[in-house]
Amino acid sequence: MFFRSLFALAVLATLQPAAPPRSDAAAYTLLSREGRRTLPVRLAGSVEMAALDDIAKLLNITVREDAGGLVLSLPSGQNVVLSTSQGLASAGGRVISLPAAPTRDGRAWFVPIEAVGRAIAPAYGTKLELRKPSRLIILGDLRVPQVVARHETTGSTARVTVDIQPPTAHTVAQDAKTFTVRFEADALDAQLPGAVGRELVSAIRAGEGAAEVAVDLGPRFGSFRSAEQPGERGATRLVIDIFSPSGEAPPPPPPVEPLPLPEFAPAGAVRTIVIDPGHGGDERGARGQAGTLEKDITLSVARRLKTAIEGRLGIRTILTRDADRTITLDERTAVANNNKADLFISLHANASGRTAAAGAEVFYLSLAEYGEEAARIARSESDAVPVFGGGTREIEVILWDMAQARHIERSAELAKVIEAAFREKLPTSPRGVQQAPLRVLVGANMPAVLVEMGFLTNAPEERALSGDARQADIVQVLYDAVVRFREARR
Amino acid sequence: MTRSRMIAAGAFAAFLLLCVWLLFIVLPRRYGSDPAPAAAAPVAAAAPAPVEARRIKATLYYVAEDGERLVEVERDVPYATSTAEQARRIVEEQLKAAPEPFVSALPAGTTLRALFLTGSDAYVDLSTEIASGHPGGSREEILAVYAVVNAVATNLPAISRVQILVGGREVDTLAGHLDLRRPLQKNLTWITAAPH
Repeated sequence: MFFRSLFALAVLATLQPAAPPRSDAAAYTLLSREGRRTLPVRLAGSVEMAALDDIAKLLNITVREDAGGLVLSLPSGQNVVLSTSQGLASAGGRVISLPAAPTRDGRAWFVPIEAVGRAIAPAYGTKLELRKPSRLIILGDLRVPQVVARHETTGSTARVTVDIQPPTAHTVAQDAKTFTVRFEADALDAQLPGAVGRELVSAIRAGEGAAEVAVDLGPRFGSFRSAEQPGERGATRLVIDIFSPSGEAPPPPPPVEPLPLPEFAPAGAVRTIVIDPGHGGDERGARGQAGTLEKDITLSVARRLKTAIEGRLGIRTILTRDADRTITLDERTAVANNNKADLFISLHANASGRTAAAGAEVFYLSLAEYGEEAARIARSESDAVPVFGGGTREIEVILWDMAQARHIERSAELAKVIEAAFREKLPTSPRGVQQAPLRVLVGANMPAVLVEMGFLTNAPEERALSGDARQADIVQVLYDAVVRFREARR
Repeated sequence: MTRSRMIAAGAFAAFLLLCVWLLFIVLPRRYGSDPAPAAAAPVAAAAPAPVEARRIKATLYYVAEDGERLVEVERDVPYATSTAEQARRIVEEQLKAAPEPFVSALPAGTTLRALFLTGSDAYVDLSTEIASGHPGGSREEILAVYAVVNAVATNLPAISRVQILVGGREVDTLAGHLDLRRPLQKNLTWITAAPH
């Protein structure tokens, strides 16, 4: 009994550091006719929580606490009830699942941000939209097109490609140092590369107005030409070619084929990839004899891979860290889940007490260690849950803890494709595909693998991994694998 | 007549007592099934058994020469009378240096802090060296974890799952890879064929 309580204490002690919620998540912006207002959120585990009072003030909701939970009276006259004990809400007789139960901090209640999109929005009356990836809440009938800009330099020409979804009227204006693309919209949901630091284009950033994109020109700017093409799935693509001064190099004719593959991919295809550079910060991972650190290799390869996939495939690519900083395994998985990634690739470098061990390996999750629960999730698509007021309704109930169970077959396919691509080009372990209960994969709600790119404890492999040539080869291998996996999926 | 009857009855009673003593005290000790209840049996302060000199053969796990797998090696381990105590002896032996030509999958300096059972789950509480001294890498982490898990679960049929604790606490992982939040079953896919 004593030991059991000791064990319980030990478990509590490990949980304790996670208890004070941190406030390092970026705030949401609420866009409405009245302008922009911010809604701060804080992380509790992997869930973003916002103060219910803040939400109530922004959305003109009154909150009352009673035995059934938190009752939200919306301006439409409808009520939404949030359970205080579990991640459930009810609105208009429907049960809605939320990623976490509300938490109380002093007198204030904090609720998952998903409550805005899933529970409040359908009953709100006025149009209300939560766009988690771009951290926007859009209130009212606003025009907020998605704008994705990319940049590519070849020789004396730079090309800026701006994809606009849905198509929105716009004008391009130029002054001495900047092009400004002005959209007929209320705001932009924009992904812009920011500082580029090239001689023709120095930055692509948000402009002064609410619906403007500014392209800052570099010192070698000479002339430009802009053209519009239809993109896929009804999107518009604006292509701006920027040339260095004439005489230095004549402007080449526009290429017949547009450079990058257009990508507003059909549903079910690969739209977003999250790449996880393993370890980081205080947690340096494996270390080679010559001092090469795993955390540095993984970050370097991840950055190159992001550039390759974004530039050549036009697939949105997000890194779980883009600096040498410490982040938890849960946060890594959360980046993938919160961005609704279609693939999750965690990059690592291996170590062994035996210096002979060498070659790449690809891991995917093994479910056996997670028991019957995981097997059940793997088999079932959804569950019927009782609805307030009787009857049942099919909804998606996922134990986030084991979200990966539903994707295990796709993860196995992805692992095999990556392993095959490695084996064609680079040293690969005799047992290239492995399964293990890996912590960073188990909560990922999409096909997910962990790639061990080689052994830092093997001297030749350490030298290779820290060099440009091998890193470029690994990027090419992973790029090829993503292309093949995507093709196989179509 | 009555006197000789009483002697006979006394002798019979003495014989019965002897039988009871043999059946319930001597034999169980010798052929040792676990007399203690399985739930949370602490072994940290177990008194040295009188059977100290007896040893059993246990299968222990070390890193093979190719560094890819674990090999099974039979070693002598002190005999113990309870399952929990036997598990403790096995883990202690597993934490010692490996026999040539193998190497240990566990960082040098790692010690066993406590070991207790709950049902058929064993909780093996190791000192923090298991994590701080770990060189990193999925491979090394998998081999370290399954050396401990397999050593306990293979040799003791009463134990089906093993959870590793570090410094008295439940941990996420040892070095950032393998999920240690729940007990693990033995896993023989990481074993190469025995060398002898």
